[in-house]
Amino acid sequence: MRHGKYPLIVTFLVPPVLLYVIFVVSPYLQAFQISTTDWLGYSAEADPVGLANFETLLHDGRVWNALKNNALLLAIVPVLTIGLGLFFATMLSMGGRKGRAGVTGVRGTAVYRMVYFFPQVLSVVIIALLWKEVYHPNSGLLNGALRAVGLPAPTWLGDPRTAFWCVLAVMVWANVGFYVVLFGAAMSAIPRDIYEAVLLDGASRWTTLRRITIPLLWDTVQVAWIYLAIAALDGFILIQQMTNGGPNFSSDVIGLRMYETAFGSESKFGYASAIGVVLFFLTLSVAVLALRAARRDRIEYS
Amino acid sequence: MNRRDILRRTAAAGLLATPAAGLLAGCATGGGGDDDAGDTYKGTKSDQNPLGVKEDAPLEVVIFNGGFGEEYAKAHEAMYKEKYPKAEIKHSATQEINKTLQPRFVDGTPPDVVNNSGAGQIDFNGLVSQNAIADLGDLLNAPSLDIPGKTVKDTLLPGAVEVGSYDGKFLVLNYTYTAYGIWHSTKLFADRGWSYAKTWDEHIALCKQIKAAGIAPWTYAGKHPRYMSWPLIATAIKFGGPSVATAIDNLEPNAWKSDAMKAAADAWHQIVKDKYILDGSPGLDHVQSQTAWCQGKAAFISCGSWLESEQKKVTPEGFNMTIQPTPSLGSGDKLPFEAIRGTAGEPFMVPAKAKNLAGGLEYFRVMLSKKGAQDFTRKVSSLTIVAGSTEGVDLPFGLASVVKALDASGSNGFNWVYNNYYRKLERELVDAACGEFFSGRIGPAEFLDQCQKGADSIAQDSSIKKYKRTA
Repeated sequence: MRHGKYPLIVTFLVPPVLLYVIFVVSPYLQAFQISTTDWLGYSAEADPVGLANFETLLHDGRVWNALKNNALLLAIVPVLTIGLGLFFATMLSMGGRKGRAGVTGVRGTAVYRMVYFFPQVLSVVIIALLWKEVYHPNSGLLNGALRAVGLPAPTWLGDPRTAFWCVLAVMVWANVGFYVVLFGAAMSAIPRDIYEAVLLDGASRWTTLRRITIPLLWDTVQVAWIYLAIAALDGFILIQQMTNGGPNFSSDVIGLRMYETAFGSESKFGYASAIGVVLFFLTLSVAVLALRAARRDRIEYS
Repeated sequence: MNRRDILRRTAAAGLLATPAAGLLAGCATGGGGDDDAGDTYKGTKSDQNPLGVKEDAPLEVVIFNGGFGEEYAKAHEAMYKEKYPKAEIKHSATQEINKTLQPRFVDGTPPDVVNNSGAGQIDFNGLVSQNAIADLGDLLNAPSLDIPGKTVKDTLLPGAVEVGSYDGKFLVLNYTYTAYGIWHSTKLFADRGWSYAKTWDEHIALCKQIKAAGIAPWTYAGKHPRYMSWPLIATAIKFGGPSVATAIDNLEPNAWKSDAMKAAADAWHQIVKDKYILDGSPGLDHVQSQTAWCQGKAAFISCGSWLESEQKKVTPEGFNMTIQPTPSLGSGDKLPFEAIRGTAGEPFMVPAKAKNLAGGLEYFRVMLSKKGAQDFTRKVSSLTIVAGSTEGVDLPFGLASVVKALDASGSNGFNWVYNNYYRKLERELVDAACGEFFSGRIGPAEFLDQCQKGADSIAQDSSIKKYKRTA
């Protein structure tokens, strides 16, 4: 059978690799080339301008403003999402301790698990529209609730002090469900007897989470971290649908800048590609850093 | 999901712009063909066929599927087909003109007629500076299809050609005639015994009265605050004369800080200061604010004449919306109260590399025939740039008020075009400044400063082509 291995590998590997090269690698390479031109996108002509686009980018206040927001997303979204995800997953798989011996979740675990996953099923655009109405300053759910208890009703998405944070909250809300399921699945792979031993030793829930669960889940957390870091560098759809970067650029992100530069208010495809190239390297560095920073010895159950 | 979206969007930003074959061959920008110029369809010019249409040449029309829908275009296409039964017409409608058509422009195979409109509009500055749009000069000089003895140019309302002209060349056919003003419900005003104020002081007094009656005098689209730049600039032009607009359009130094603009910004700041704007307006988009206005939560709103058809579904029976010009600042105004901003809108173009270029121009001739224009007005309740095309058409209340306002304004009508020349300046920069100003976070001086900074940044950007107009 050995000699039959290679044709099989080739048959299964070549088409996907070819597709990947055509539709992913080649556009990336072209972005590098386009970023050194002044291409305006609607003719075949483009003049090479060297690194001029990158130089403009260095002094472009709007780009820096967008990057600042991405940095905030990067610092906050993964921490909040993973934190909440771990908390909920723990409660769902080992939160219940009353009455019975052994390790079980809180009552209604199955229902919670399904409800948490709802946002994941919805398209991002639907989520954006949904929350746009929730944040509606006059007839929205949020302000309706605030008014009912006599609190002031802010304009949320219409105020530069709150708009960005409103979208950030939605981003966390939309992501948490997936990580609850992911962490939950990873937790079910941890042998129960470890927990029973810990219980016998009288450890609190917090200690169990910190000393047992998280170290044993580290691989999964690491993956989650990278996914979320990449998502934080994006945020495009939610921002574009909910605030379009406003008011006064307060919720702008780099992806939206790129889109606006090419398709929105201008048609500077060369400059937009330069922004894309920067985003590419940023995403790459963040992914590498996240992998490095989170590297620990792997624990194997034997 | 998100990572895939990044990839997809990066790709969309021009990277996957050409078909796969083009990608392998080299780069996205190299895929265009200048060599296929010989493939265009040409017929013999005659009196019957002044544009030289090849009668069996296929025609491709791409329509922006927005407030006007696409039915009106299908009717125009049927009229074209009636004249050229052998022509195959390919019709499509989309909301994403830019994303759909960008690769085809690069590829050198654009459609023959493009309705370049909506949020996904392609920036005209980019198109014009890349010579991507065909000159419509021949169309203007061709005889009208059904108005005897007149050329197409003779049948158009004043100003219609100027709006679509760049450096003296008529490139963009703006088909509708749009008035921009301040709207109110005739019923609400009649019920309460209010009447529209002609001067700014009276307007403020009226606002006070309206607020006392428990209704917010104003609301606006906080997500698109540029809607409020329209009445503000209009106030300035009426105060200082049309040169205020020319200076802004020509990116003259400190055009935004002219005395007229200062006077107008100071005046409009009053409605912010005195809290005459519906609470929460900064957080509303145009649909939400217009709906609040239709529900009677606010008395005034700034919008163009498309408002009535946009609000059709939510406007209560007997609401009777009316457009009015902006109030005069005082007796020193250069233009009378009746002067209103009227301009051609809803841009159509024929790409320079269209295969059936003559057919595209002929399609415009069909649109600009009396029959074509009347059909449009009947179908979508909007005026066209064809003079007298409303004759014999029953107009809804709001549109009738637009016709009346335009008649009263007559030769005092004015317009500005910086938003066509430099899309970014209005859509991004002035927009952001208006957001700050009308939510009360900045005062009039800072507002004009921010607008001026935006205009200066455009003026200093050597990658943006500049246009000048004289009047």
